[in-house]
Amino acid sequence: MFLDFLTTLREEGVPVGMGEWLAFLRGLKLGLATDLEGLYGYGRAVLCRTEADYDPFDLAFRKTFEGLVLPDDLREQLTVWLDEALGGAPGALPPKDYDSFEELWRDFLERLATQRERHDRGNTWIGTRGTSAFGHSGQAPQGVRVGGSGGGRSAVRVAGERRWANYRADRTLDVREIKVALRALRSLARDGPQELDLDETIRETAQNAGDIQFVERPERRNRLRVVLLMDAGGSMAPHAERVEQLFSALKQLRTFKSLDVYFFHNCVYGWLYRDMQELDRVPTEQVLAELSPKHRLLFVGDASMSPYELHAAWGWSGSEQPSGLQWLQRIKARCPASVWLNPDPPRWWNHPTVSAIAGVFPMFELTVEGLHDAVRTLRAPH
Amino acid sequence: MPSFQRFEGASRYIADPELIASVNAAIALQRPLLIKGEPGTGKTLLAHAVAESLEMELLSWHVKSTTRAVDGLYVYDVVQRLNDSRFGDRDVRDLRNYIRLGVLGQAFKRERQVVVLIDEIDKADLEFPNDLLRELDEMAFHIPELDETVRAQHRPVVIITSNAEKELPDAFLRRCVFHYVGFPDRERMRRIVEVHHPDLQDKLLDAALDRFYAMRKTAGLRKPPSTSELVDWLTVLVASGLDPDHVRTHDPFLGVLLKQQQDLDLLRGRRSPPRSF
Repeated sequence: MFLDFLTTLREEGVPVGMGEWLAFLRGLKLGLATDLEGLYGYGRAVLCRTEADYDPFDLAFRKTFEGLVLPDDLREQLTVWLDEALGGAPGALPPKDYDSFEELWRDFLERLATQRERHDRGNTWIGTRGTSAFGHSGQAPQGVRVGGSGGGRSAVRVAGERRWANYRADRTLDVREIKVALRALRSLARDGPQELDLDETIRETAQNAGDIQFVERPERRNRLRVVLLMDAGGSMAPHAERVEQLFSALKQLRTFKSLDVYFFHNCVYGWLYRDMQELDRVPTEQVLAELSPKHRLLFVGDASMSPYELHAAWGWSGSEQPSGLQWLQRIKARCPASVWLNPDPPRWWNHPTVSAIAGVFPMFELTVEGLHDAVRTLRAPH
Repeated sequence: MPSFQRFEGASRYIADPELIASVNAAIALQRPLLIKGEPGTGKTLLAHAVAESLEMELLSWHVKSTTRAVDGLYVYDVVQRLNDSRFGDRDVRDLRNYIRLGVLGQAFKRERQVVVLIDEIDKADLEFPNDLLRELDEMAFHIPELDETVRAQHRPVVIITSNAEKELPDAFLRRCVFHYVGFPDRERMRRIVEVHHPDLQDKLLDAALDRFYAMRKTAGLRKPPSTSELVDWLTVLVASGLDPDHVRTHDPFLGVLLKQQQDLDLLRGRRSPPRSF
C-alpha cells in the first residue's frame, strides 16, 4: 500500500526523494498518522515541498486510497511492513527484539545501505512485498483509533476536491510568482555608493598599529539590464492579462540596473514602439546599437503569423529591408542571452513561424515552470 | 515509543487540521516547519500560538534584506573591542565580552526547550537559507574566535515563515516540513474575524465579507486586501456605526482595505481594467 503511494506520488509529479520518504515512514512509526485524515495532513506536510505539489499530492492520495478499506491501525501495518523490509521474507528470520525505535531505525537504515550496494538502485528494497498476516506483537498502538473506512472516505473526499489545483506549477502565473521567478535574474557587482568595508578596516587598522584606518568599498548592486520586447499583435489579445502581469512584475521588481520595454506587431521590423497608441517609436537599428552582451532579452509573443510576415523583406521606403527573421537573428547575434516566452501551450508550437523563431531563440511557455526555465537559461553564462 | 508534545490549536488562533498535522510532524520529526502563504494569512501568529499552546518561550528572529545567517548565531563585535582597546575600560583581552549570541544561539543555550521563529526568511539574500542548513540540522555551531561549540541542550521547535517573495533553495526545502496557508474561505474567515470582533452584528459582517471577497475577485488589483486589512476595516466600520446597507453600496473607508492609489481608482471606477494589447 505505501509502496503504491510512493510510485503514484512520483507518477503524479511530486518529487519525493528518499530522504522525505524515510522521514515520512519515521513519522508513521512515531504515531503521527493513525487514520486516513491524519495520513493526508501529515503526508502532505512531509512529502510536499511547495504548494505546487499539493494538487498532484491530492490526485495521488485519491488514486491510492480511494475505496481502500484501511486496516484498523496504520502503524501496525507499517510495523509489519518495516519488519519485512528488515527481516526479508516473513517468518524467514525470527523477528528481532528492538528495545527502542531508534535501534530499529538504525538497523533499518543499515539494511537499506547494504541493499543499495547490492542492487545499484536505491529503491529496490521497497520491492519487499509479501502479504504476511498481521498480528505482529510489536508496539501496541497508541493514539486514537478511528474506524478505517468511515474516516477514510472523508480524507479521500478532501483530496478529491482538488482545492489546490490553482497552485500547480504548470498553471499560468500571477504577479507575485513572476516576481519570484524573475528575482533569480541578477548579476551582482560592486558599483553602488560607498559603504564601510569592516574586514579591510580591521586589517588596515592592525597594519597601522591600532590607529583606526577606515576603508570603504562600493555597495553590491545588481547590474543586470533587462529588455522586454512584447508582441502587441491582434492574436495576443486573449493573453493580455497574463502579459500585463509579467509587465507589472518586471516594473515592480526595480532591482535591475535598467529595464526597457518595447512593443512590436507580430514580428520585429525596422521600428520598435515605446507606446503603440502614441506611435512613440525608435528605429530598431538604434535599439540594436544600444544592446550589449550584458543585456538580458525577454521576448513575449505567440510567434505565429503568416509566413510572409516573418520571411518577406518589409520596408517603408521601397528599398530592400531585412526580413523579420533577419532582424531577430541580428538581435540574437548582438545579445546572446535572449529567450522567447510564448503564451500559447507547446502543443500549438508546431507552426512554421513558431518553429522558425524557436530556432533563433530558446522558447518557453509563459507559465511558472516555463518562466523558471527561461530564467535559468538567461542566467547560464553566455 | 518516544512521545512528543502535541499541538492542538490555541485559543486565539484558528488552525485547520492539516496545519495542526504539519506542526505536529515538525515537532515529532525535529525538522523546521516552513509556513508559506500570502501576507496577512496569520503565519507569524502561528508561532505565537504554538509557543502558547506548548507553554514554551518564543524567540523571534525578524529577517531583513541585510540579515546574514551568522547574525542569528553570534556576532563578534570587533568594532566595540577596537574602540575599547583605545578608549574603553573593559577588559579587551577577554573575547567573551565581545561575542553576542543571536537568536538561534540564545535558543541553543536555554535550559528549557523553546520555539524559535525565523520570520520572513524570503526577505534575506537568496543564499541565506542554505547558510543555515548545517546549524538547523545539527542544532550546533562553532565559534572559531573562542574555539567553542554551542550545542542545543534541547532542540528548539523551529518555525520559519515565508511570504513567497523569493524561491527558497531546494536543499533547504528538503529538510523542512512544509505547509502552505491558503487564503481562508468565507466560513473560516468568519471565524477568524470573530476572534478579533466577538460582538459583531451578523448583518454588518455579511456585508463586509461580501464586499471583501468581491474586491479580491476584481481583475487587475495590484494588491488585493488580506485578512489583517479586513479586520482593520471592520474595526473602523464598527467605530463609525455605519449602516450595513451603506457599507454594501458605498465601500466606505476604502483606504483601509486598498493601499495603492491605482487600486482605489480602479474600485472607484476612475480607471479602466488593464488595457489589452
